[in-house]
Amino acid sequence: MSAAAEKILATTLARVVAVERETHDTFTLSVTPVEGEPPEPFQPGQFSMVYVFGVGELPISISGDPADTERLVYTVRSVGQATHALVSRKPGDVIGVRGPFGTAWPVKEARGKDVLIVAGGIGLAPLRPVIYHVLRNRDDYVRLIVLYGARSPRDLLYRKQLAEWGRAPDTQVLVTVDYGGLSWRGHVGVVTTLFRQLRLHPAETVAFICGPEIMMRYVIRMLEARGVAPQDIYLSMERNMKCGAGFCGHCQLGPYFVCKDGPVFSYRQMQPWLDLHEL
Amino acid sequence: MSEPDAKRGTAVWVSRAGLNQLIANLKAQGYQVVGPRIADGAIVYDAIEGISDLPSGWTEQQEAGTYRLRRRDDDALFGYNLGPQSWKKFLHPPLLRFFAAERNNGELRILPSTEPAPRYALLGVRACELAAIQVLDRVFLKDAFVEPNYASRRRDLVVIAVQCTRAAPTCFCRSMGTGPAVRSGFDVALTELGEGFVAQAGTERGEQLLGSVERAPADEELIRQAQEAVEQAAAQMVRRIETQDLARRLQEALESPHWDDVARRCLACGNCTMVCPTCFCTTVEDTSNVRGNRAERWRKWDSCFTESFSYIHGGSVRTSVRSRYRQWLTHKLSWWVDQFDMFGCVGCGRCITWCPAGIDLTQEVSKLVASG
Ligand SMILES: Cc1cc2nc3c(=O)[nH]c(=O)nc-3n(C[C@H](O)[C@H](O)[C@H](O)COP(=O)(O)OP(=O)(O)OC[C@H]3O[C@@H](n4cnc5c(N)ncnc54)[C@H](O)[C@@H]3O)c2cc1C
Ligand code: SF4
Ligand code: SF4
Ligand code: FES
Repeated sequence: MSAAAEKILATTLARVVAVERETHDTFTLSVTPVEGEPPEPFQPGQFSMVYVFGVGELPISISGDPADTERLVYTVRSVGQATHALVSRKPGDVIGVRGPFGTAWPVKEARGKDVLIVAGGIGLAPLRPVIYHVLRNRDDYVRLIVLYGARSPRDLLYRKQLAEWGRAPDTQVLVTVDYGGLSWRGHVGVVTTLFRQLRLHPAETVAFICGPEIMMRYVIRMLEARGVAPQDIYLSMERNMKCGAGFCGHCQLGPYFVCKDGPVFSYRQMQPWLDLHEL
Repeated sequence: MSEPDAKRGTAVWVSRAGLNQLIANLKAQGYQVVGPRIADGAIVYDAIEGISDLPSGWTEQQEAGTYRLRRRDDDALFGYNLGPQSWKKFLHPPLLRFFAAERNNGELRILPSTEPAPRYALLGVRACELAAIQVLDRVFLKDAFVEPNYASRRRDLVVIAVQCTRAAPTCFCRSMGTGPAVRSGFDVALTELGEGFVAQAGTERGEQLLGSVERAPADEELIRQAQEAVEQAAAQMVRRIETQDLARRLQEALESPHWDDVARRCLACGNCTMVCPTCFCTTVEDTSNVRGNRAERWRKWDSCFTESFSYIHGGSVRTSVRSRYRQWLTHKLSWWVDQFDMFGCVGCGRCITWCPAGIDLTQEVSKLVASG
């Protein structure tokens, strides 16, 4: 058996080098391997299995810049025991990481086109590497459009970056929240309401979507109505994952193992199954 | 299985004493020989020392929801079909420690499991069970990644198959194309006839194993008798699944009202997945000591019938029993074909026998396909 095969299930120790508070419940952790080699390179959309001592292992998308070969970056929303333990790590603490696993957003295939990113909540995390990639390789793409929806202004991730990205050439960043509150001057409404402000070139657009399943279904309907083809729409699916490598069976969705056939799928692949209740 | 006939060399006659010698030789070579023996009112697979451990003169009576040991009117060693356990428990153990970890002053150390994998010789593997091992090989060895724990147990595995000369009423290997005759994937295949066995090697190692025990040439008459005995088992089979176009037809039946009908009977206990020789799903459990400086990570068998199986933040994907039964049945007989180019069911019938509600997938499949 090859060393690589052995490593699939063996976690690599990594030290937390920075923790950044994004919102009241979401933190971005940067880690680097405790010893030896830099982390395995990753592609936008891939995830790691992150081990927290004594608590467990959970799938977390890599939210950093794919060109940064030194560190792995995770943006984690504390929703329960495991994610709480993870966001409570301090610089110097050690966690375990396995991976990267899964399919990637097809950034190469999107060259020469408009890249439309539609994200809801924590769903912006697995899409941030795409934004880094497009901005770094600006000439390869036409427009970059980011539509981002969060519950309320205090739930918005990467606020400083959103503003910076919006100032980049040929880049449009539109943000909306479900509940605005008194001081919010921006857009209020679900993310699909942002489409009114867009001029899409459907044949020249590749769309990448990540968020709650219900939101992704509405966005897909909107894109289809505007003439974007199923093979130009990509989405990232979330399922229970215990291994990341096709062994534990938990992530199954019809014919697919979301951990290895996904998490990024084209809508063409997902179309027959997406609306089936409890599949 | 569509694999070519793997029988090598000429068939020989091996007496019971010869089989005992073969077991002793395997043990002398450092193998842990596991085979059928009686325990807790069933025939189970466990370590055996010699042929005196085998369930001589025993058989079982199986029907949907029923299993009973019965005496035979002879002293056949392999005169039964299948107990509740499969060889999966050796190749893909129900409980396995992945690693232990220690934490001192914030520093984490992983202590990998260093125990070498056991070297098993399996005695008494039926045709459907050979097919099930080939299914697990496909899942764990021939996909995107190699599962190292399975690989280390599989690598040096010795398989002594035994062809069935009778079928239980729950068996339907014939319609799944997996038995009752064994075709490939064994080192030695035995067919029990009276006081001994017609034995055939399937590999070079099998030839060596047979070459090291007392044996006699098997004449044509014996070979014919062995073939007839296996054909008799095939003829006894009452259950079947129509596999023609099955994967697609089940996908067309995903919204069938018949799933609700099954759901009213299914207890979602998961017995069917535990006894199934191909169900491979696992979960992990993390434990830590009271001082909080040592943690362990264990893998254990899991079942798609539990609600937690599909849990993600916000709630499980499959909350209804209907959707969980559907996952199980469509995985075995439909999605598995998309995923691995084969069925995930080999027709052993264990899930029928060990279902406390007596649910019979062969019947459910025909109703589903008719309703789709
Ligand atoms: C491919 C992928 C990428 C993800 N990326 C991110 C990310 O970038 N940032 C982020 O904040 N979250 C991400 N998640 C979700 C994150 O894994 C879950 O929110 C987290 O596992 C919940 O654990 P919890 O204990 O905090 O919460 P609870 O909802 O209380 O969960 C309780 C327990 O259920 C189990 N569990 C819950 N969800 C899962 C799951 N998806 N897989 C396996 N076991 C689970 C765990 O044992 C967990 O401890 C991702 C999920 C997937 C599948
Ligand atoms: S699904 Fe039932 S009959 Fe098929 S292999 Fe599994 S236990 Fe045997
Ligand atoms: S039927 Fe259920 S337990 Fe068995 S392999 Fe499929 S998902 Fe896993
Ligand atoms: S996460 Fe284990 S099979 Fe996909």
